[in-house]
Amino acid sequence: MSSLPASGSAVRSKLASAAPAPIEKSQAGARFWRLKSFARDRGALVSGLFLLAMVLAVVFAPLIAHYGPDEADNFARYKPIGTLDHILGTDQQGRDMLARLLFGGRVSLLVGVVPTLVAGAIGLGLGLTAGFIRGLVDQIIMRCLDVVFAFPMVLLAIAIAGSMRPGVLTEILAITIVLIPYFARLARTATEGVTPMPFIEAARAAGGAPMTIMLRYVLPNVFSPVVVYATTLMGLMIVVGSGLSFLGLGVQPPTADWGAMVAGGPRRAAPGSACHDPARLRHSRRVARVQLSRRRRPRRA
Amino acid sequence: MTAFVARRLVGVLPVILGVSIVIFLLVQLAPGDAATALLGPQATEAAKAELRHALGLDQALPLQYFAWLSRTLTGDFGKSIATQLPVATLVLPRFVNTLILAFSSLLLAIVIGYSVGLFAALRARSMFDRASMATALLAGSAPPFWLGLILVLLFAIQLRWLPVSGMRDMAGDGGPFDVLRHLVLPTVTTALGPAAIIARIVRSTVIEALGRPHVRVARSKGLTRATLIRRHVILNALPPVITITGLQLGYLLGGALLTEVVFAWPGLGSLLYDSITARDLPVIQATTLLIALSFVLANIVVDLINAGLDPRLREA
Repeated sequence: MSSLPASGSAVRSKLASAAPAPIEKSQAGARFWRLKSFARDRGALVSGLFLLAMVLAVVFAPLIAHYGPDEADNFARYKPIGTLDHILGTDQQGRDMLARLLFGGRVSLLVGVVPTLVAGAIGLGLGLTAGFIRGLVDQIIMRCLDVVFAFPMVLLAIAIAGSMRPGVLTEILAITIVLIPYFARLARTATEGVTPMPFIEAARAAGGAPMTIMLRYVLPNVFSPVVVYATTLMGLMIVVGSGLSFLGLGVQPPTADWGAMVAGGPRRAAPGSACHDPARLRHSRRVARVQLSRRRRPRRA
Repeated sequence: MTAFVARRLVGVLPVILGVSIVIFLLVQLAPGDAATALLGPQATEAAKAELRHALGLDQALPLQYFAWLSRTLTGDFGKSIATQLPVATLVLPRFVNTLILAFSSLLLAIVIGYSVGLFAALRARSMFDRASMATALLAGSAPPFWLGLILVLLFAIQLRWLPVSGMRDMAGDGGPFDVLRHLVLPTVTTALGPAAIIARIVRSTVIEALGRPHVRVARSKGLTRATLIRRHVILNALPPVITITGLQLGYLLGGALLTEVVFAWPGLGSLLYDSITARDLPVIQATTLLIALSFVLANIVVDLINAGLDPRLREA
């Protein structure tokens, strides 16, 4: 920054024309080493591979499952695990469990990923603006978000989803709204840490427009904590989303979803029947496992 | 300290006002029209308009809000649409039940979380540390509604040690012991997640506190290990731990909702679930308001405890 010319307009044109530098050899090398150290951590590797396998299985569900998720066969109800043709058995309507699990995973992963990304983007924008501009704008934004913080997260999501028509969109919207303040607060704190740094001061002194400084110099430095936070939240949101579906506020039948499937399980296990319901156990374990591998990753990466 | 308490209480007023606005607006989000919901689809337009006028629904939104607020402030939450009972009589006993569950879970979570976290920190990288942290990761990741179902399956259906659901036995005397028996499974279900989070936080803050210079100085003065840990480590590690514990209370008040549904525990959560199913908006409003207010209150209490422990926080 010290070699910048004094003229403001020249700096501005330089700021605008600064194209992303091509990745140099040393950088590529660093990236390789990071990947290698990731691979050396057995926990991270196993979690990462499991997550990858799960995403692939869910994306390519039609290729793996022989049946559609809503194809009911009344002559094949309650088939146990290991039945020929229905590896994971069938449910109370004779629908193939494997198909429902895989197709249901699409909804569950979607509910984990989409609200986190959308809320991350909105929260990042709000927090960046509040932390960079300060003053009245900061006060207004943060006080409004304080109100959302006054509600326990799950409760607010349930109250929002409960006030609207149930469905996937409602579920996604409810979780998004609930998440925004968490991202905004993090982004604002990070922005506050970056703004007093010398290079921001230098850019300001060189006459960079506030908007340019905010987007070019502050944003990249605020971005990484927000991304790390987002990866930890995705797993949690799968659980929150499955909770909403469990209550019947999310995905509506007959669409499959992990939370709704857990809710459907106990209907079979009547009190006192002492039956072990493998179907229910399976989805639940899967919800927990995806959540687990999500949570592990950012800690090491 | 008095000034700190006063400042904290004044600061929370706008938040509570905001909370009331959000809860009021939530109902406006609801599809459908209250008059149609009350009178049924075959009501004439004139009858609907009359009812809307009687309920004040034809007024501007801000006016409706202030009318609602002044009624709520006097403790009048309106009438439940589904049961036609005053909402206050419906909600308050349920609130007590939720508090019973929330506080017993908090107590269990604190006992498990603090002791496991402390032991793990004092024997960092030992077998106990690894095993307990792995268990904490598992317990913290499991969805509570699933955990509840598994516990019911194991302890209520297979082993038959504990009741499946509810708060009192139909045939029993309904005394304190009966309630305690019913309380065990929901408490364990709700407590495990927070206990896992608390254990992890306790472990990391204690390990961090152990490495601080003042601990080394105290050790070189020849303090016994027990005194060192009690006076210099734990006291310093407490503020972040208490903050997290307070946040967990918020989770327990709102998140116990799913557990309450699984165990048919007659608290606010299962009431909220029932009223959402029945689209009983006044009850939804009152329940949400009550939980949010207790959450705000819990946060203030946490701040006060922290300020009492750490004089530096009082100055800020």
